[in-house]
Amino acid sequence: MNDPRTTDADVGDAPATTVPSVPPGRLPAVALRGVSKVYGGGRTAVAAVDHIDLDVAPGELVCLVGASGCGKSTLLNLIAGLDRPTTGRIDVEGRTALMFQDAALFPWLTTASNIELALKLRKVPKAERRPRVESLLRTVHLESFADKRPHELSGGMRQRVALARAFAQDADVLLMDEPFGALDAMTRDILHDELESLWRDRSFTIVFVTHNVREAARLADRIVVLSSRPGRVTAMFDVDVDRPRRIESPEVSEIAATVTSQLREEVRRHARQ
Amino acid sequence: MPGSEAQTLAHDQELAGLDLLELAVDAGESRGRRLWRSTWPKVAALVLGIGFWQVVVWSGWRPEFALAPPRAAWNDLWEYLEEGTLTTALGITMRRAAVGFALAIVIGTIVGSLVARIRPLRAAVGSLITGLQTMPSIAWFPLAILIFKLSEQAILFVVVLGAAPSIANGLIAGADTIPPILLRAGRVLGARGLAAYRYVILPASLPSFVGGLKQGWAFAWRSLMAGELLVVLRGKESVGFLLNQNREVNNSSGLLATMIVILVIGIVVDSVLFGTLERAIRRRWGLLDAAR
Repeated sequence: MNDPRTTDADVGDAPATTVPSVPPGRLPAVALRGVSKVYGGGRTAVAAVDHIDLDVAPGELVCLVGASGCGKSTLLNLIAGLDRPTTGRIDVEGRTALMFQDAALFPWLTTASNIELALKLRKVPKAERRPRVESLLRTVHLESFADKRPHELSGGMRQRVALARAFAQDADVLLMDEPFGALDAMTRDILHDELESLWRDRSFTIVFVTHNVREAARLADRIVVLSSRPGRVTAMFDVDVDRPRRIESPEVSEIAATVTSQLREEVRRHARQ
Repeated sequence: MPGSEAQTLAHDQELAGLDLLELAVDAGESRGRRLWRSTWPKVAALVLGIGFWQVVVWSGWRPEFALAPPRAAWNDLWEYLEEGTLTTALGITMRRAAVGFALAIVIGTIVGSLVARIRPLRAAVGSLITGLQTMPSIAWFPLAILIFKLSEQAILFVVVLGAAPSIANGLIAGADTIPPILLRAGRVLGARGLAAYRYVILPASLPSFVGGLKQGWAFAWRSLMAGELLVVLRGKESVGFLLNQNREVNNSSGLLATMIVILVIGIVVDSVLFGTLERAIRRRWGLLDAAR
């Protein structure tokens, strides 16, 4: 029951080992090989993530879930190139963009200028920036809020500006670190729909970190379960549910239940150690 | 697929509805009311202060040549204005203030940005800057006079030394208190090196920098007054010169009139110029309490 490799058809039959679902002849969008990250040294050294092998196919939406201390955020930082792995290799096809739980918008800039800054820093010529910003604002349905400052927007709107800013980076891989974690359930549901519809044509890849299993089941093509201290891949679940999905649908709930029991087993194992 | 289209429409409407519901309602106060609410305590304090002064004069504590009544000071102030003495004096003094303060901004900003981000430099001179800030600027004058003689440069030197450390410290404190998430966001967007300075660190330090400017101005103004009392130059009838001259001829009313001018300029630059700038920035950033 707790072995994800032998769960029922809804959950799929992906092996818990490495290298799934990348079609032959295509490079994975993100490839991790034996990636470890150790903080500190000597006797106080702490391994945040330990020998992670993971391939993410182009256009795939992968959710990483795990209890506290599983190194989810560390992993995203490594993929984003903000930090270097202690051992192992990380290959990313194309550019990455990273979103946080905090929208991290610059308070001195308007909505439009926050998005424009991402273009400016990529050296997009000035004449091209205006129309790009306008189209990005339309993408996240905020065209009438172009001149507002971050403090005048709600949490959900700020997160959508952050999403537009991430799109402005023209990233091939969008890394999301619990981006909807601080939002209320209603706003989160709507943003799930929003994200799904923006990603519908699968022109980019998403690696989405969350501790919310339902959210993972709602969004993911594949859920990767990480163990805690150190973070290791302990299970993978393919989510074969038609899109667009609803978070309250029985199929999503069933997968969430299976993943939750896997996570609980993981937590119990820690108590026994 | 019509089903999916209907769903998209519903989703867009939900999003728009949520946006409107979540936006804060702006219950604005009328401009006149706000102005009155901030003005009347100041007027009351002024009336009280002048009243106290008048009472002390009436008590006969000091003869009138030492402590003139408000009325006499007021008359002298008018006289200065009509003669043009005050205009000349203010012209000389404000030019010194402007040049010194501008130089202090340039030096303070350069030193502040370097010290804020370069670790060894910070360890070396960080506490020295704070030390300079607490050093009374008048203590610099003997050295300034030895180096530059009795000259404009001596005054300028002390004004800059008075103001620059505060300005540098404002910038350093601003850079120290940038939320780390904004620095990370900047790095993710590709702001490195000089671009990080220009697009993240400097704008993020702005509120604290303006605080430093404000404090720097206060120090510059004090240093300048001290300088004009100590370094009296021929043909330069500055505000400080007026103070000295009135003391020498026991003209208490003229002295008090000059002091009022000094006080008013200090307040106007501090609260009107920097205060307005500070409030504008805080409002833009959403740091102002909505109730105020």
